[in-house]
Amino acid sequence: MAKPPQSYLRTLSQERIVLWITVAIFGLAAAALPGFLTVGNLLAVIRSVSVLGILALGMSVVIIGRGIDLSMVAVMAMSVAWYLQLLADGMTDGAALALALAGVLAVGLVNGFLVAYAEVPAIFVTLASGSFVFGYVRSQLIPQDAVPAPVGHWLVELGQMRPVGIPVDVYVFAALALVAFAFLRFTKWGRYVYYAGDNPVAARNAGMPVRPMQVLRYVISAFSAFAAGLLTAASLQSINTRVVNSTLLSDVVLVVATGGIGLSGGKGGVRNVLIGAALIGVMMNTMTIVDIPQLYQNLIKSTILLVAIIVDGLINPRDEQTAQQGDI
Amino acid sequence: MTFRERLQAWRYNLVPDHAIGEILQKRWTDNAIPFLALMIVIVGFGSAIPGFFNLASLQDSTRQLGEFSLVVIGLTVVMLGGGIDLSVGSVFALSAFSSVASFFIFGLPPGVAFLAALATGAVFGAINGYLIGYLRLRAFLTTLVTFIIGRAIYDILVVSFGVQVQLSDATSDAWDFIGDGTLGGLSVSVIAALVLAVITHVALTRSRPGWHVQAIGGSRRSAHNAGIRVRRMVFLTYVFSGLCSALAGFLIATRLSGAGPGTGQGLEILALTAAVVGGNSLGGGRGSVVKGLMGAIIVLVMTNGLIRLGYGTGTNQMVLGLLLAVAVTIDIRWLKNRHKVLNEVYVAPVYLRMGETQSATPGSGTPYALSNRLSQAEAIGLGEVEGPEDVILDRDDHLYCGTRHGEIVRYFAPDYTRSEVFAHIGGFPLGLAFDRAGNLLSCVGAMGLYQIAPDRTVTRLSAETRRSWTSIVDDARLRDPNDLDIAPDGKVYFTDSTKRYDAHDWTLDSIENRATGRLLVFDPANGTTRTLLDGYRYTNGVTMAHDNRSLFFCESWACRIHRYWLEGPKAGTAECVIRDMPGYPDNINRASDGSYWMAWLGMRTPSFDLSMRHPAMRKRMARRLPQDDWLFPNINTGGVVKFTEAGEIVQTFGDLSGESHPMVTSMREHKGHLYIGGILNNRIGRLRIVGADPDWTAMDAYWGKRG
Repeated sequence: MAKPPQSYLRTLSQERIVLWITVAIFGLAAAALPGFLTVGNLLAVIRSVSVLGILALGMSVVIIGRGIDLSMVAVMAMSVAWYLQLLADGMTDGAALALALAGVLAVGLVNGFLVAYAEVPAIFVTLASGSFVFGYVRSQLIPQDAVPAPVGHWLVELGQMRPVGIPVDVYVFAALALVAFAFLRFTKWGRYVYYAGDNPVAARNAGMPVRPMQVLRYVISAFSAFAAGLLTAASLQSINTRVVNSTLLSDVVLVVATGGIGLSGGKGGVRNVLIGAALIGVMMNTMTIVDIPQLYQNLIKSTILLVAIIVDGLINPRDEQTAQQGDI
Repeated sequence: MTFRERLQAWRYNLVPDHAIGEILQKRWTDNAIPFLALMIVIVGFGSAIPGFFNLASLQDSTRQLGEFSLVVIGLTVVMLGGGIDLSVGSVFALSAFSSVASFFIFGLPPGVAFLAALATGAVFGAINGYLIGYLRLRAFLTTLVTFIIGRAIYDILVVSFGVQVQLSDATSDAWDFIGDGTLGGLSVSVIAALVLAVITHVALTRSRPGWHVQAIGGSRRSAHNAGIRVRRMVFLTYVFSGLCSALAGFLIATRLSGAGPGTGQGLEILALTAAVVGGNSLGGGRGSVVKGLMGAIIVLVMTNGLIRLGYGTGTNQMVLGLLLAVAVTIDIRWLKNRHKVLNEVYVAPVYLRMGETQSATPGSGTPYALSNRLSQAEAIGLGEVEGPEDVILDRDDHLYCGTRHGEIVRYFAPDYTRSEVFAHIGGFPLGLAFDRAGNLLSCVGAMGLYQIAPDRTVTRLSAETRRSWTSIVDDARLRDPNDLDIAPDGKVYFTDSTKRYDAHDWTLDSIENRATGRLLVFDPANGTTRTLLDGYRYTNGVTMAHDNRSLFFCESWACRIHRYWLEGPKAGTAECVIRDMPGYPDNINRASDGSYWMAWLGMRTPSFDLSMRHPAMRKRMARRLPQDDWLFPNINTGGVVKFTEAGEIVQTFGDLSGESHPMVTSMREHKGHLYIGGILNNRIGRLRIVGADPDWTAMDAYWGKRG
C-alpha cells in the first residue's frame, strides 16, 4: 500500500533537517564561492572538524547516557601539554605516555565516581574538574601556555603523514567513529548507554550495572579528549593551553546538539555526530572563505547552538508534572 | 556495680551525646560549615598576607567585593528558584559596556548610563527567563549558551568601540564619586550591595513573591499544583539576576572608567562557586542571601589572596575547581543524608540502674499485688471515645475528657450515655483541672496550658517558660505539658515531661530515659510561667496535697513520687516519698479519705530494667532496628494505686484480663465512684469504691461547697 504523501514530512526529524541544511549550504557555497568545491578545500573541511568530531564522539557517548562532560577541552589540552612537558624534561616516551594516560584515566574515574556514586549533577562535576585540571596542570606542571612537541617525535611525524594524499587526522577520526559506532551498536555495554540514558531507574531495576557503566562513559570521554589532544599536537606540532578559554567546548556541544542527539539522553548515535560535524565544518569553512571575522563566527555559531537547544527543547518538551526536581 | 557498668554509666551519662542530635536539628547548622570556612579563610589569608587588614587595602577589596556580592545575590535568587544563571559574567560585561558607551561615547549623564546598564541587564535576563521559564529549556545549558553569545557580542563591541571610549574626554563628578568616593567610610558598591542584600533578604523571607520563589525551588511540581505561576516567577528570577549583574557592571564601569577585554572574565564560575560554597543548594529550595554573601567573601578572599601571595596562572582555576567540587558534593550528600543522620543520632540513651522493687504479682502479699478490680468497671463511651488521657467531673456531675482529636468531650450525668464536644483545642489534651471560677484548664500535649471557660471560649494561658542557659534545644517552648493542679491562690502547677521529644514521641523518651522533665508554675495574676524544678525523668501527674502546703508529682521513667513543698521550712525543695515502684506512675489525684490515687501507665519488666543498664544496646537498637522491633516499656498492664500522705501503699487495683483497662493514665474519685481514663483506651471506666464517702467531690474539696 502506498504511503500518504505527507509521510516524509512526518519523518522529518532534526537529524534530517540539519542534513538538508548542510546540503543546502554546501550547494550554495559550491555554486557561489570559487575554490570551495576543490579537493584541497573539501579535505580542509574534513580536517578542520576531525578534532572537533573526535571530541564530539566522546561527548555523545556521555550525553546519550544522560550526562555531559564539560571537562573535555581541559583534559584534551592539559593532558597533552603535560605529556609534551614530560618529554621535554627528558622522560622516556613510554613512561611519559603512561603517566599522561594514568592522569587522563584518573580524571575520567573521578568525574564518573562523583556523578555515579556521589550523585552530583554531571554539569557541576565536570565544570569543576575542568577548572581544576586546567588550573592544576597550568600552575603546577607546565611553565608556560604553549608546549611544543620535541623535534622528530612520532607525533610530529604522524602529523605530516598523508597516506593517499589525505591528512592522517581524517583517518583517525574515521577510525574512531567506526569504533564508537561498533561500541554503541554491537556491544552489550554500548546498549547499556542507551538504556541508562533513556530511563536510568528502569535500567537499574532491570539489573544493569548503571553506576559502573556511568563511570566507564566518563573514562571514554576523557580518553577521546586525550586522542583529540594528540591529534591537535600532531598537526600543530605543539599544544596551546589557551584553547581551554576558547569556544571549542561549546562547539563540541554544538556538533552533538545540532546533529540531533537529544540532551536528555537515550537518543542518537555516531551518524548524528557526523551530520553535526558536517554542518559545522561546511559552515565554518564557508564563513572563512567569505571572510567573516573570528569574533562574528563565534557569535553566529553560538546563536545556532541556542537555536538548536530551543528546537531540542520544543521537540522534547518537559512539563511541570514529569520534570525532575533539581534537573537543571 | 561492676566495672563495665560503671564505665557505661560514665560514658553515657557524662558525655553529652544528645547535643549532636540537637545541634544537627538547628537550621543554623546549614550555615555553620560555610561560616567556619569563612573564618578560616579570613584568618588564614589575613595572617599570610602582610597589610591584608589595613584600610586602603580593605577599601579596595571591599569595592570589588561589593560588585561581586551583587552578582552572587542575583545568582542566589535564581538558584533558590531551582535554576542557575551562568550568563552573569556576560551580563556584567555588557552592562558595563553600555554604561561606558552612554557616558563616554554619547556623552550622556551618569543617570542615563545607569539606566542603560539596567536596561541591558533586564533585556538579557528577560531572554534567559523566557527561554528557561516559559520554554522550559535546561537552565544550565541555556545560560551557558547565552553566556557565550553575550561574550561574543561584548568582544565585538570592545574591539569596535574601545578606542572611541579611550579618546573620550567626558567627565562628571557624580560618575567619579560612584567609582571612587566613600560615604561614611563605605564605598558606593558596598552600600549598594548591603542595601540590595537587606531588601532581597526581606523580600525572600517575608513577601509573597519571595515565598513563591522558595516554594518553586523546594518543589516545582507542588508549587505548580498549588496555583503558583511557576513560569512567571522563574522568568522574574532571571530578570532579577540580570538586573543585579547590571548594577554590578555599572559600578565597575564607574570604577575603571572603561571596559576592557578582561571585564567579567571567569565571573560565572566565580559566582557559581561562591553561591554553592556559601551553602545554597543546587536545584533550589534551600539557601539565603546571607549564604550567598558568605560564599562571595570566601571566594573573593581566596582568589585575591592567592594572587597577592604570588601564585601563578591557573592557581585560581585549580582552587575554584576544587572548592566547587567539594562544596557541591558536600551539599548533595548532606541534603540527602541529613535526616538519616538525625534519625540515627537523635536518640541518645543514658544509663540508669533501676532499684529493686517489690513484686506486683497477684497474690504475692505485697501492697503492690494487683487485684482484678478494674476489670469490673462499667464502661462509659465504649468505642466512641478515643484516648481519654484524663477525666474530670464538674459540680453537676458531668464528665469531661480529652481525646486524641484535640477535643474536650462532655458526657452528661446521670447515665453518661449522651455526649457532646465541649470544646475543640487541637493538640492532644492531657491533664484536666477546674479552677475556682469553674474554668476547665488543660495541659495540651504539643501546645501548652489552655483554659476553657464555661461559655466554651478557649484561651491559651501559657506556651513557654524562661529558656535555660545550658539547653541546646529551645526549652522555652513547652513540648509535652502533661498534668496540672491548681492551688487555692489560683497558681497552676503543671509538668512538662520532656524537652527532647514531642508529646506523641513519649516512647522514645522512655528509651532514652534522659532527665529533662520539669515542674512549672503559671501565675494567673501576671500571666508568667516559671520553672520550679528541672531534670526529672518524665515528670507526669501533679496533685495538691490535702492541706495545700505541698504537692505531689511523679517521675514516670524512674518510678518515683516526689513531694514539692510550697510552704514551711522545706519550701521550694522536693523530696522523694515513694521510690522503686513496680509500675510507671502517671496522674495523681486526691482521694476522699485523705489519701491519694495514682495511675500506673505500665509495669516494669526485668528485660526493660536490664536494658536501662545497657545504653549502648539501646543506642544500637534505635539506630539499626525499625521502631516496631524496639524494646518498649510494658504498657499492656497498668493499675490504680492508693497511697497515703506518708507514702505508704494502701491498695492496688489492676485489670488482669487486660480487656477493660490495660493501661491506666488517670483516675478521678467522685461521689463514691472512681472514673478511669487511659491514653490508648476506647472507654472511660466507672468503678464503685467500697467504703468511700458517697458525697465527696473534688470540686468541694478544692473550692468549697457550692454556695
